[in-house]
Amino acid sequence: MDEINVEIPQEKKKKIKLPHVNGAKVKKIVRRVILTLIAAAFAISFLLPTILTFANSFMSEQEISTNYGLIFNDYTNSEWGEEKTKTYRSETVNLKLIPDKVVGTQYETVLLKSPEYLMKFWNSVILTLPIVILQIFVALGASYCFARFRGKLKSLLFFAYLIIMLMPYQVTLVPNYLVSDWLGILNTRWSIILPGIFAPFSVYLLTKYMRRIPSSLIEAAKLDGANEWKIFTKVAIPLCKGPIASVAILVFIDYWNMVEQPLILLSDSEYHPLSVFLSQINQGEIGLAFAVATIYMIPPILIFLYGEEYLVDGIAYSGSVKG
Amino acid sequence: MSMKTNKETEKVYNENGEEIRYKKSKKSFRERIAAGLFLSPSFFGVLLFFVAPFAVVFFYAGTDNVISKQFVGLDNYKNVLANSAFQDAAKNTATFSLMAVPLAIILSLVMAMILEANIPMKSQFRTFFLSPLMVPVASVVLIWQVLFDYHGVINEVITLSGGSPIDWFKSSFNQIVVVILFLWKNLGYNMILFMAALSAIPKDVLEVSVLDGASRWKQFWYIKLKFITPTVFFVGIMSLINSFKVFREVYLLTGDYPFGKLYMLQHFMNNTFKSLDYQKLSAAAIIMSLVMIVVIGALYIFEDRMGKDVEG
Repeated sequence: MDEINVEIPQEKKKKIKLPHVNGAKVKKIVRRVILTLIAAAFAISFLLPTILTFANSFMSEQEISTNYGLIFNDYTNSEWGEEKTKTYRSETVNLKLIPDKVVGTQYETVLLKSPEYLMKFWNSVILTLPIVILQIFVALGASYCFARFRGKLKSLLFFAYLIIMLMPYQVTLVPNYLVSDWLGILNTRWSIILPGIFAPFSVYLLTKYMRRIPSSLIEAAKLDGANEWKIFTKVAIPLCKGPIASVAILVFIDYWNMVEQPLILLSDSEYHPLSVFLSQINQGEIGLAFAVATIYMIPPILIFLYGEEYLVDGIAYSGSVKG
Repeated sequence: MSMKTNKETEKVYNENGEEIRYKKSKKSFRERIAAGLFLSPSFFGVLLFFVAPFAVVFFYAGTDNVISKQFVGLDNYKNVLANSAFQDAAKNTATFSLMAVPLAIILSLVMAMILEANIPMKSQFRTFFLSPLMVPVASVVLIWQVLFDYHGVINEVITLSGGSPIDWFKSSFNQIVVVILFLWKNLGYNMILFMAALSAIPKDVLEVSVLDGASRWKQFWYIKLKFITPTVFFVGIMSLINSFKVFREVYLLTGDYPFGKLYMLQHFMNNTFKSLDYQKLSAAAIIMSLVMIVVIGALYIFEDRMGKDVEG
């Protein structure tokens, strides 16, 4: 802004008196402060659920029921639980960000006493990782094709991919169920993994990026005698490392939190990922639920901290519907 | 550049036009095969898992039941459209999306502009706004119960400040609770999209407008908004899609048959699926996807027009 002020034509500059310039500066500072405060207010409300989950996971079951007994009490079935909550329940619900006493009992239960939580965690891992890795492999080929070779048929096909990508899950639910039934993979992990591998989301995103590869690079490789496969592996993929990382993060977050697919395709709860199991934890064990949720958030948080730039880039690339 | 390819190119150029065309089409044939090979894994997968089953859904939607497979024309569609539960669900879904999507666009644009306005700790704020992406659905649901339960935190604050508590989940306010949840989850993502679009606006255009004496408001309305129009559409589409995904949370919060306005198309589909009424379900799925195709196609064409407007 200061630089621009210098360039203001003479006749305009005359009108601005010195005190006014100071006033403008004060105004600018005030504006910045107000905007920062608004952003901070937004940020706190955005962070609150995460912080609450984290803080509550370190509270004892007693403290939890003291704080939230009124809300979740209706769900405690056992009379013993009822007694217990009655004794400690306060009149109002307390929103506490710092536990009275930091205890690790919830974590002890989750990690040491009941192996089922870790098993469900493992379920999540072996459902999500193959989907992320294979979806990207399949998508790399398809997006190279869409980006490198153009034609009416291909742009029509790309639009079809877009439509499929944008379909709400409730529409694809029936087709998904039917095809798993045919293939005889219903109630196995494959019923989640296979459709996941071919989900068009990463095709769409990677195509958008591959279209930005300058054609001169590809022509140069061709003149050097490289065939399509070589161009693909030696030129296109190395140039797409960043976008591949960002697509991987987005796909990971999406499948890590899946709920509908396992509920419908895996009738056997033995295979359910932790995301589903978490929602079925008895309402009487709220403290436990917070601890499990915190553990479940660790992988996304690590990925998030490590690859936030990639994530942001990935979202930004998806920017407009066309390439 | 190897000698061999050099020779080949020379050969093509030395001969007449026909020969070149012959060479060219031969090359494009090879290219076509290469293109097909690159695409085929994804193509057949999509065909098998998304397109082919859809044909079966289409078939189911036109028959009376799974066993006799009598063709009944448009009867199933008529039944679904006449079904009062479907009508309610469609109406509720439409009002929800009409409320949530514009709010998501406006608020995320405001947030992006605040972050663009040179405030301190910009990148930290960005991280905070994206953090809802990581929170598992089930804990979101727990937190929302803590906040919006009849005995919850929000009501406590209302009571303390002299108001009377609201039964958030069992009154007409429940839609607002879910809109807030939707916004909380999606604003960060949309904000990143807008930040990218805003930073792509050429600086010199903005500088010239300042020299011409444009106010902030005019600058926004006449310049920035024009440049980010494609993003507005994209955010609109993504928000529309995500407004369907909020069903996860609604379902976990309120179960199969939520109170009043929260009974949405997804509940209808889910309940029909559970009662194994494939005909009704298929017809509803086809209707829903037709609506989606029309909406998305319209936005796509609209964006195309607007995009041209900006570029040239």
